[in-house]
Amino acid sequence: MTLALWLLLGSPVVGAATFAMLGARPRAAELNVAFSLVTFAAAAALSVRVATRGAMSAGGEQFFVDPLNVFLVTLTAFVALTTSLFSRPYMRIETADRRMTPGRLRLYHCMYQLFIATMLLALTTNNLGLMWVAMEAATLSTVLLVALYRTPASLAAGWKYFVLCGVGIAQALFGTVLLYIAAERALGASGASALLWTHLDAVKSQLEPRVLSIAFVFLLVGYGTKVGLVPLHNWLADAHAEGPTPISAVLSGLLLNVAIYAVMRCKVLAEGALHSAWPSAMLMGFGLLTVVVASFSLWRQQDIKRLFAYSSIEHMGVISFAFGMGGPVANFAGLLHMTVHSLTKSAIFFAAGHAAQKSGSQLMDRIRGLVTISPSVGWGLMIGALAILGVPPFGVFASEFLILTTAMRTEPWATPILLISFAVAFAAILQRVQPMVFGETRLRRLPHSPALLPVFTHLLIVLMLGLFIPPFLADWYRAAAQLLGGG
Amino acid sequence: MIPPLVMQLLDSLAALLLLLSFAMLAQRRIVTLVDLFALQGAVLCAATLLLAWRTGEVNLYLSAALTLSVKVIALPRLLHAMIRRLGVYWDTDPLLNISGTMLVGVPIVVFAFGLAQPISALASTATRSAIGIAIAVILLAFLTMITRRKAMSQVIGFLSMENGLFFGAMCASYGMPMIVELGVALDVLVAMLVLGVFFFQIREQFDSLDLDRLESRREAP
Repeated sequence: MTLALWLLLGSPVVGAATFAMLGARPRAAELNVAFSLVTFAAAAALSVRVATRGAMSAGGEQFFVDPLNVFLVTLTAFVALTTSLFSRPYMRIETADRRMTPGRLRLYHCMYQLFIATMLLALTTNNLGLMWVAMEAATLSTVLLVALYRTPASLAAGWKYFVLCGVGIAQALFGTVLLYIAAERALGASGASALLWTHLDAVKSQLEPRVLSIAFVFLLVGYGTKVGLVPLHNWLADAHAEGPTPISAVLSGLLLNVAIYAVMRCKVLAEGALHSAWPSAMLMGFGLLTVVVASFSLWRQQDIKRLFAYSSIEHMGVISFAFGMGGPVANFAGLLHMTVHSLTKSAIFFAAGHAAQKSGSQLMDRIRGLVTISPSVGWGLMIGALAILGVPPFGVFASEFLILTTAMRTEPWATPILLISFAVAFAAILQRVQPMVFGETRLRRLPHSPALLPVFTHLLIVLMLGLFIPPFLADWYRAAAQLLGGG
Repeated sequence: MIPPLVMQLLDSLAALLLLLSFAMLAQRRIVTLVDLFALQGAVLCAATLLLAWRTGEVNLYLSAALTLSVKVIALPRLLHAMIRRLGVYWDTDPLLNISGTMLVGVPIVVFAFGLAQPISALASTATRSAIGIAIAVILLAFLTMITRRKAMSQVIGFLSMENGLFFGAMCASYGMPMIVELGVALDVLVAMLVLGVFFFQIREQFDSLDLDRLESRREAP
């Protein structure tokens, strides 16, 4: 079944090479969907394999698939597929509006596939050094996409993204070096295998605690920059707001998840070595700070994509907090929250992108009365906003409820802070979205038909997860939650 | 075991590396900054070669070759070409004046040696005493990045940070696994190419690589 793994990693790489060589062809968007479909099929096959026969490793142990990462692999491939479906009509409208040129379209398709490849590599590799390389490559492949429109604002956003994530990721490299030093000591001088996560996991209790604690700080700061944890979150809103919408959707829905995954893999090692809950406490603290700062920042936003970028920061805080608490229930809730956030948020970005196209602006004051000019976009945005705010039948409610009840039991002091932040975020987003959807407008209905199949597919899955989690999925989450430990 | 003479030579190379970091911190002429960066790469390469010769680690020879080709030859050439094409020769007044920056640099070095203590205690290499210097190089490069206004000087700071990281890995464990080093070098090269494209785009829009102007334009409605 290693074939599925090679197909998973190979398909986007071949895709990127094809787009780089072929250039802008009339059928490029369809080809993009086709490559994403192959990737998703491989991911599905891989997850079936792991579900039936357990974890596996491949390529001389350089690759490793267990319930934790295969779940993220499937999610990544799925959202990548729906985003490619969304991007076809979206980019057609952008081309009609003269915002996209054939050259930019070629770059976009090539980098889109490359970005997916780097994320899948970061998820499936067993080598923590390679994981670093893949994370850095993920930044590099999206820098030019963030600045794709070449407006002053988008260039500034791209530069900020590059520098902040570059510095952040350099810290993570230092953390990786330290981990390597500690590993060499514990594993004996075994060179190339000393950074393999499975080997480290086996000897984690023998790793030198002081070095591991320094390493974990650097790794948390480094990968935390990519997660968007609070003092390091500055790049995130700009990068999400200025890039083309499909990129905002995959940055928010996928890249942040992959960064959290990297943090969690390191946390498991650090906690094993330190025999204390100190790394968890740090994760909880950063998470809580992130939730508070992001939910209050929501009030100051003028731009629709910036608004939802800050909402992503808030949810990353919630997820970090959940994993910080640890234990089977909180980890389960954190994993569920990762799933529903990534589906809901990408759906919202799809709807917001169309809303901005129809109004000719991303400023929320200029977007009005979406239900009149395009009912499906309007309802998509409204339902998506309600879902992300944790309104009951949706999956976000289920995960936030689990997180809050666990917090009440284990960390009662944090519950009021979380509740207040949720309330603040609720009011901030609702008072912004409501006039955009139902307000008065003078704009006429536009001829372009939006691509809303992905939006409603995502929202339907989120609704389903809120009402009923299928047993195989629940088992899967439980197995993954067990790997994360803590609590 | 490494003979004392070689050990002393290695230590002097490490000291030279730190000195070059301070020189970069003080240098405002961007062309000279690139030369200093190339020199830092050369010193790193020499130290790696020396260590490779004494320990007989094949990995280290490869690592030295990688440093030589990427950091001493390819990147400085690329940077010089960019400087010529873009016409950025000087960094406009840095956030903190030179003497102020140097003064901040001193406690940073002390802090770096403090941080290095538990790490050197664990490492079993002969060169572990130089880990403090590696951390100091990383932190000083970081300082260079945050006190400069020109995008170009920030990038050179970033690259110098990478030098410090490699030196650290070399001192503490005779280098990272080869596959990781290759990956990192590839990332750095790609990053520079991406930046090259990026600089020209910024230039088209702003007629300058002054980041302040980039930010102020951002604030305007």
